[in-house]
Amino acid sequence: MKRVRSVMKLFILFVATLALTACEPLTVFDPQGPVARNLSDLIIFSIIFMAVIVVTVYILFGIIVWKYREREDNKDYEPPYEEGSKALEVTWFIIPVIIVIALTIPTVITISDVEDIPEGYEDQEPLVIHVTSADWKWIFSYPEQDIETVNYINIPANRPIHFKMTSAGTMQSFWIPSLGGQKYTMANMQTQLYLVADREGEYIGRNTNFNGEGYAHMDFEVVAESPSKFNEWVDEVKNTANELTEEKYAEILQPTVIGRETYNGTHLQWIDHAHGGSEKYIDPEAYEGHLIENKKADDDSVTDSESNEKE
Amino acid sequence: MKLDEFFVTGDPLILGSQIAIGLTMVGLVVLITYLKKWKWLWNEWFTTVDHKKIGIMYIIAGVLMFFRGGVDGLMMKAQTSRPNMEFLDAQHYDEVFTTHGVVMILFMAMPLLIGIINVVMPLQIGARDVAFPKLNALSFWTFFVGAMLFNISFVIGGSPDAGWTSYFPLAGSEFSPDVGNNYYAIALQIAGVGTLASGINFIVTILKMRAPGMKLMKMPMFSWTTLVTSVLIVAAFPIFTVALALMTLDRIFGAHFFTVAGGGDPMLWLNLFWLWGHPEVYIVVLPAFGMFSEVIATFSRKNLFGYTAMVVSIVAIAFLSMLVWVHHFYTMGNSAAVNSVFSITTMMIAIPTGVKIFNWLFTMRKGRIKFTNAMLWALAFIPNFTIGGVTGVMLAMAAADYQYHNTLFLVAHFHYTLIPGVVFAVFAGLYYWWPKMFGFKLNEKIGKWHFWLFVIGFNLTFMPMFFVGLDGMSRRMYTYSESTGWGPLLGISAVGSLVLAAGFAALVYNIYWSFRYASRDIGGDPWDARTLEWATASPVQEYNFAITPQVTDHDEFWLMKKQGRNTIKKEDVKDIHMPSNSAIPIILSVAMGIVGFFLVFEWVTLAAIFSVLIIGGLIANSFDYDDGYHIPAKKVWETEQKWRGDL
Ligand code: HEM
Ligand SMILES: [Cu+2]
Repeated sequence: MKRVRSVMKLFILFVATLALTACEPLTVFDPQGPVARNLSDLIIFSIIFMAVIVVTVYILFGIIVWKYREREDNKDYEPPYEEGSKALEVTWFIIPVIIVIALTIPTVITISDVEDIPEGYEDQEPLVIHVTSADWKWIFSYPEQDIETVNYINIPANRPIHFKMTSAGTMQSFWIPSLGGQKYTMANMQTQLYLVADREGEYIGRNTNFNGEGYAHMDFEVVAESPSKFNEWVDEVKNTANELTEEKYAEILQPTVIGRETYNGTHLQWIDHAHGGSEKYIDPEAYEGHLIENKKADDDSVTDSESNEKE
Repeated sequence: MKLDEFFVTGDPLILGSQIAIGLTMVGLVVLITYLKKWKWLWNEWFTTVDHKKIGIMYIIAGVLMFFRGGVDGLMMKAQTSRPNMEFLDAQHYDEVFTTHGVVMILFMAMPLLIGIINVVMPLQIGARDVAFPKLNALSFWTFFVGAMLFNISFVIGGSPDAGWTSYFPLAGSEFSPDVGNNYYAIALQIAGVGTLASGINFIVTILKMRAPGMKLMKMPMFSWTTLVTSVLIVAAFPIFTVALALMTLDRIFGAHFFTVAGGGDPMLWLNLFWLWGHPEVYIVVLPAFGMFSEVIATFSRKNLFGYTAMVVSIVAIAFLSMLVWVHHFYTMGNSAAVNSVFSITTMMIAIPTGVKIFNWLFTMRKGRIKFTNAMLWALAFIPNFTIGGVTGVMLAMAAADYQYHNTLFLVAHFHYTLIPGVVFAVFAGLYYWWPKMFGFKLNEKIGKWHFWLFVIGFNLTFMPMFFVGLDGMSRRMYTYSESTGWGPLLGISAVGSLVLAAGFAALVYNIYWSFRYASRDIGGDPWDARTLEWATASPVQEYNFAITPQVTDHDEFWLMKKQGRNTIKKEDVKDIHMPSNSAIPIILSVAMGIVGFFLVFEWVTLAAIFSVLIIGGLIANSFDYDDGYHIPAKKVWETEQKWRGDL
């Protein structure tokens, strides 16, 4: 396992420096945490193989098409009958098999790696955040801190975060590309992700699974900050934010696009959508007709200010 | 239901199309009446059971649907060409990508391929028709009625808006109470009947009606791919039928198969959908592989390299394609073991596909490659499809997919497989077999415009999407902000789609020009081709072959020409038995369309009453004792003399 890794790393270093120095890196190739880095390494590793395949095919293609094109001087050349060639066919069967095996090994390792707390962070107690996706917003509950946010999260950097995810209705997919891969959120079920931000910074999270008119506005902000800053923020929320009431919660679950919100208390005291009961809040009539006027992508959650602080 | 809910209102774009559709319909009716063509249409086309005419009707419908789906594509590209664009609103964008996906796959790719199969396959195996000609007509008409029902949703009632995958719970009545998604359930069900029947029809035709001497391993590659695709249809479509039936029960009759409430399981839909949906993409791509095989062999003037390996590969691809459906939802929270297994099965598909690519390349080696338009499309397929293939392998790696899933990277990938794999193939097939169908060639010069504009436009449109996807843009987003930085790449992509559209326009012009001006004097075998369909006249005589050919090898026609066996003797010509036309398929299908329409609006009583029409049609069919008719030997001989000239 370790050896596979180090071979991979060597390859990757080479290509990564080539590709990433050229221009502003694409989000997926600009990981801000160990999980995303793991995935980005795997992707670059696979791209190397793919590049080799593409180049091989293109060269063969170019040579063959050029060399055997019809010309003025070969008009009466009559191509031979060719049954095929065992040796050649076995070759281009075996080589792809080897490539598939070469890709399978790191894939399988990475698949199980990203299910757990990332290497090097196992000794820390993860911060638990419940993610509840709804139409068309993200609701985050911090059970330990007993606070709830909508459309943004603050997290301590360099500490594993344990996301326990579910949905209040339609299916969504929770994705913070800078920190790691995505996973679906489904009503009556719980999925989970462990992510770590190993740098302080602000990242964008997004829903990738289409769930109706407000879908494009379902992004949220992730702020990774130092543990002390995080604790300060928690204290501030506890002192200034309104209490979350059940009526208010039902209102949040209506199909709307809203900005960022912050509350004292979490909705987990009334319902955990992972364990059923969501239908209580679902009203088909609320979904009739056009719900959303053409809306600027800019005026969604990320730039909105917190709307409900205590006076 | 009020009238203003019935018709979609309140948007100039839609009002415009409503008026345009209305005017076109009236115009068509007036024109046909003026030209006194109704009777001709009815007798020669609407009631025909001739596989060649049915094939041509499929192709016409498919090209029209390509236009419709293409306009959808352009509208989406316009809407995302700049940040915060206000061309379509969210609801319209959602409807447009949904109908685009459905139309392109089910009403463009499928009919074009089934159409070409219809025209070519029976000829290639030396048969008079398909096994069940009347069923074949029913297949066409159910497809056509299903497609039309789906298309009117745009102006009546509203289109489906939950994506071509129609995922639950979103597509259920809890979250989509409007009628739009009923169209999806009902129209696809009606069209699906036809597809399943086609599959059965083609299997029986190939197994039972090959010319004497044509062992399965002597069958031309296109017919082989047709056989394998048909088996896949029969294996996969019933799953979709069941899924759609459950969807209908959920949406119209209040069941709870896929709902959030009442113990439904939305994930069951995802599994059923992709159990059909993944094989479906191979159903469309395998016949395309077959066409490339024919075109490449003909224009390299060589037999197919590694025929046996090619056959084994398509069978392997078909088999594996039933075992990979989970790769569409690696992110559902499956265990690491499940995702690992499906990563491996998915990557394994790349192996037989790679074998095919190399066999095509080596078919051309030592050949004499002629750059006709058909061959250009087959050549362009190889480098473009390779990109689709390698990105497919990247997506197959489950862990990596956590970063690509549902992004534009995925959208770029499947367009790189479907457009080179299916659309290029259809173009190659059309240029190649056009003379067989219509008796003239498409113009090669205009064809070059078509080719270069389309291929360059295609790459300009879809290459940037890979990068936008890796930059974190998810699919199906109707808008995005300036700060995302996606604007420039999506702008290039939008420009590319205009070039692509210009390519399509060149094709349309080419058809028009060639129809008017192209030479009709091309003989039966204008390309110096290799397989039996070229042993007939162009366009093909209604009875196909005066005398059933004796087959000794694949590339039989090539041998015939070499050995001078391509002639017939008068005493061998016998009377030929032909099936009669029938009005039952079209009537039955229209009845299904009417019932379907009522079901869409949940007018269940009306639907039940009109179902009597369907049952009546079936009964009438059982009492149809028409045994067909005979073409006398003398007339056959005259026809043959006319096109062979030298007899
Ligand atoms: C003719 C040029 C085409 C253009 C400009 C085009 C463009 C697009 C665009 C912009 C999207 C939506 C991206 C998004 O927002 O998620 C899309 C989706 C799609 N396209 Fe195409 N496309 C074209 C041809 C095709 C063809 C030939 C096929 C199939 C044979 C196809 C099948 C699909 C499917 C299945 C989807 C997914 C729909 C969904 O998300 O439910 N497209 N296409
Ligand atoms: Cu698939």
